[in-house]
Amino acid sequence: MHLDHSHHGPAAVSADAHRPDGTRRALRIGLGGPVGSGKTATVAALCRQLRDELSLAVVTNDIYTREDAEFLLREAVLPPERITAVETGACPHTAIRDDISANLEAVEDLEETVGPLDLILVESGGDNLTATFSKGLVDAQIFVIDVAGGDDIPRKGGPGVTTADLLIVNKTDLAPYVGSDLARMAADAKAQRAELPVILQSLRGDSGVTEVAAWVRERLTAWTS
Amino acid sequence: MTHAALLVLADGRFPAGGHAHSGGAEAAVKAGRISCAADLEDFCRGRLHTAGLVAGALAAAAALGLDPRELDAAADARTPSPALRLAARRLGRQLLRAARASWPCPELDGIARSFPKGAHQPVVLGLAARAAGLGPAEAAYCALYESVSGPATATVRLLSLDPFDATGVLARLAPELDAVARTAVDAAGRAAAEGLQALPAASGPLLEIMAEAHASWPARLFAS
Repeated sequence: MHLDHSHHGPAAVSADAHRPDGTRRALRIGLGGPVGSGKTATVAALCRQLRDELSLAVVTNDIYTREDAEFLLREAVLPPERITAVETGACPHTAIRDDISANLEAVEDLEETVGPLDLILVESGGDNLTATFSKGLVDAQIFVIDVAGGDDIPRKGGPGVTTADLLIVNKTDLAPYVGSDLARMAADAKAQRAELPVILQSLRGDSGVTEVAAWVRERLTAWTS
Repeated sequence: MTHAALLVLADGRFPAGGHAHSGGAEAAVKAGRISCAADLEDFCRGRLHTAGLVAGALAAAAALGLDPRELDAAADARTPSPALRLAARRLGRQLLRAARASWPCPELDGIARSFPKGAHQPVVLGLAARAAGLGPAEAAYCALYESVSGPATATVRLLSLDPFDATGVLARLAPELDAVARTAVDAAGRAAAEGLQALPAASGPLLEIMAEAHASWPARLFAS
């Protein structure tokens, strides 16, 4: 790292992979995607699945309320001190990409108050298909779309669908009811993303978030090794 | 001194967290006090001569090298609303991060150690200007321009106000901003010679009261 923490106090830039004391900080994974695609439900399911084996926390970026943070609190997926809501000034993509300062403050405060943490999930407010996370804020990002939003979304591509480290096609149980062709969505996603992984999931199904949780564990293993 | 550094520091895209704050405009819009460009101009003029003047003088004083701890206490004393004090410290912390990345120097590192939860934003702004090689006048200009450009940008989002009208408001306020900047810099100079009581203590009571109400809203677009 370019900053010598022993002389300069807290790091200026939080993309630094180490804490001020030199240990490796928590892995940060961003979850973005359109409104209603199931980002918060996926975060809740991940928390339930991972909370017994990992020390984790969540940052939500609600657009105009604290609904997402309150949903997670109500569902009691984590103790309240492990969930922080960031206010985004009507522009969620700005807060996760162009000016990440409030989010960086939130992840640092979580590390300080409830850390050391293994994993911090940063959930974006529902936004458009071009919204992606800054590499200064997260180490990996998941883009969540759903079958009811139209089965042409993978074909249309865009930065979220094309470049996210993991693409989740959510609510597969709804496909027959909304006339979405899952095979076509999977093939289009594959064509857009080459080797980058795609997971089709239904949180109401038996396996739920298991596959995504396994992907998160892999990332964590790579991060800490 | 490089004048171009002022453009970097004053750029609305400088990543220091300001985009999430409306400078009181969201509360004023909801109360019906801002509903058109003319209202926005009145609101910004009021802010310029009260909160803006205080911020400008604090920034200029910090850029002159006055003690940041004392300036931070002076800012506290001039900010009755706890919600606004909290917002100012958050923004100060965020600005400090951006400033340290942009103009790394031991003085800014020291501020990060002394104020882990942030110092008042105008004080940090003055220190950032100093680190960028700018003087008290530039620091004051930056603080004053932010005091009106924040509400103008927010109002474009809140009211779908024509962005050309909002920019016109800022342009029309420019000569007044020049005058307030001179007052702020003069006050900072006097504060250096006579003590911090020479800093202005102008206040917009409605801004403070509305900020308290705004902080308790269950649904809002802006953090302050």
